[in-house]
Amino acid sequence: MHNPQLNRHGELQHLLTLDGLPREVIVSILDHAAPFTEVAEREVKKLPLLRGKSIFNLFFENSTRTRTTFEIAAKRLTADVVNLNVSTSSTAKGESLLDTIDNLCAMHADMFVVRHAASGAPVLIAQHLLATGRDHIHVINAGDGRHAHPTQGLLDMYTIRHYKRDFGNLIVAIVGDVLHSRVARSQIAALGTLGVPEIRVIAPKTLLPTAIETMGVRTFNDMREGLRGVDVVMMLRLQNERMAGALLPTPQEYYKVWGLTPEKLELAKPDAIVMHPGPLNRGIEIDSAVADGAQAVILPQVTFGIAVRMAVMSMLAGQ
Amino acid sequence: MKIRITNGRVVDPAHQIDRVQDVFIAEGKIVALGQAPDGFAAERTLAADGLVVAPGLIDLAARLREPGFEYRATLESELDAAMAGGVTSVAIPPDTDPALDEPGLVEMLCYRAKKLNRAHIYPVGALTIALKGERLSEMAELVEAGCVAFSQANEPIVDHLVLMRAMQYAATFGFRVWLQPLAPFLTRGGFAHDGDVASRLGLPGIPVAAETVALFTYLQLAKATGARLHVTRLSSAEGLRLIDQARADGMDVTCDVSINHLHLCDRDIGHFNTHCHLVPPLRSPRDRDALARALADGRINALCSDHTPVDDDHKLKPFSESEPGATGLELLLPLTLKWAGKHKLPLLVALARITSDAARLVGITKAGHLAPGARADVCVFDPAARHIISRDSLKSQGKNTPFLGEELPGQVRYTLVEGQLMFER
Repeated sequence: MHNPQLNRHGELQHLLTLDGLPREVIVSILDHAAPFTEVAEREVKKLPLLRGKSIFNLFFENSTRTRTTFEIAAKRLTADVVNLNVSTSSTAKGESLLDTIDNLCAMHADMFVVRHAASGAPVLIAQHLLATGRDHIHVINAGDGRHAHPTQGLLDMYTIRHYKRDFGNLIVAIVGDVLHSRVARSQIAALGTLGVPEIRVIAPKTLLPTAIETMGVRTFNDMREGLRGVDVVMMLRLQNERMAGALLPTPQEYYKVWGLTPEKLELAKPDAIVMHPGPLNRGIEIDSAVADGAQAVILPQVTFGIAVRMAVMSMLAGQ
Repeated sequence: MKIRITNGRVVDPAHQIDRVQDVFIAEGKIVALGQAPDGFAAERTLAADGLVVAPGLIDLAARLREPGFEYRATLESELDAAMAGGVTSVAIPPDTDPALDEPGLVEMLCYRAKKLNRAHIYPVGALTIALKGERLSEMAELVEAGCVAFSQANEPIVDHLVLMRAMQYAATFGFRVWLQPLAPFLTRGGFAHDGDVASRLGLPGIPVAAETVALFTYLQLAKATGARLHVTRLSSAEGLRLIDQARADGMDVTCDVSINHLHLCDRDIGHFNTHCHLVPPLRSPRDRDALARALADGRINALCSDHTPVDDDHKLKPFSESEPGATGLELLLPLTLKWAGKHKLPLLVALARITSDAARLVGITKAGHLAPGARADVCVFDPAARHIISRDSLKSQGKNTPFLGEELPGQVRYTLVEGQLMFER
């Protein structure tokens, strides 16, 4: 079973994962995104690139923030956007994922933006579209299980490039629940492809995937050691359900050992930037003094996120 | 019906026979090899020039899906698949719906199979009622009804005291206990081998420790109770090491491996190929290679198909939501031959794992070999013919196998059950 995200000519057909996505494609998305950041600053924030296209936001897992950014991106490209909160509709009645897709295809969808709790769900949809000869329909993975969140990974790369210019001499640390994080997997894949010489992951052993070193990262259990001399700190969100139980004893202990405080941040380079995919758990993975501090670029990430999603959508389905 | 199979290469591992000769069959039995018995007049002659004449294959695990899962497959469709695969005896795991925990149910299943008159079936009874791991099944009565062993299929017994009692009770009668080594809590929520592939794909993992922890428990309890333990579907090199150690300590324990785990590893999951969603999970290449070597040197006693037909609707799903299992009855011979070719094993050794060795584990004495007097269950195949596995080529109702599209050696030409020609191609 191959990855159907590139077509026969090596062009982007779907955006499913950053793992294995060629460097030129990633760079080209980032390059495309740059002019879109200016659109947001105009009085009329619209471009006609996707006029007449129907984009279905298919969120099998609840999300307000990501869905909203995709919706804004699509609308700024003049697409028609349909939001389906599938967790409360047909699948709850027993309809299979691919039946839902077939039905929406019959409504002449041009693009699906899919979030799903199961790793690989958007890959399955893309494989199904390929197998049924519907290659004019595109799929964007908006987060699947623990597998990938490629647009988040891309907007993070955009942010790093914006502040650091060059990837070739950076030390980047990813901190937190890597085990359950699709964001971390997409970040690691993209950072590796873009040539970052040192990628670190910092977490307790319970929150690190088995054999993560095979993805080209150095692991640290000690946060202070891991943060020493880094250029970029990428914090991950700790989900509520992981905070107590067999993975971690308490949020308090987590904060004490792996929470990003001003004091720990001092170990990083003085010009290090701090990123977070949101929503923030203040006082658990990050101290408010850091989240609101001068080194944080968390809100610019959100702004860049819309431009990057516009870039992906227009590259996939634009005229 | 008197049948003469002429000029075939007769390979009978049980008797270490490997030579070109004729086989004579009458009244459902093998009556002679080589020389025709006096006055033998064949009603049908099967030319086997260039073909291998082997005992009908014995499969230690084939889910025929009845009762309870008839929409996935039926006895009829799957026994047809068995015939096309040269499999003349199948052991059936108890995870039907309801489970094989009732003598009446087992009798009914045997009756239905007998009426269909294809492969012989050997039900494996549920060790506990509804496989729940709480109350013992009526083992003595189940054996009377036709069960050859007892197992939990892929369901665990969480309460080790119940497991020990079940093994003790089975040992009372000398019944075989077949157990799948999967520790329940270590398996929970996992779908693939806990290694770099699962980590990369974001699939929750099942560590090798799930196998070794359970295996260690089983071995200790078997030692304590004297139960006849057979370990099903071994998946890891570490698990194999525990078996080796137990044997070195003088324990009599047997084990098997599936055709999938013999040839595949977690890399084959690729981009979420649900045909590779199996129980136990496909492990690392190193594990696969260790299993293949152990099967060659006999430390793993037998090879089975672990046939599990699953319909498309339950496979065309995200990996973690798909149903585990692969169809296999028709792949048992080709994948045995592929493995034999890779390890340069003589046919006598390779075929033993799916005939005489498997027969010993099930307790079949009158089949699995070709001596005069044996039940005339025979598989005649062309070892050189290669064919591509496709949905259309499979008789099984389940088209789910990781080997779709692969070209494999070995094509069955004739399958005989009790001297009747049940399949020819």
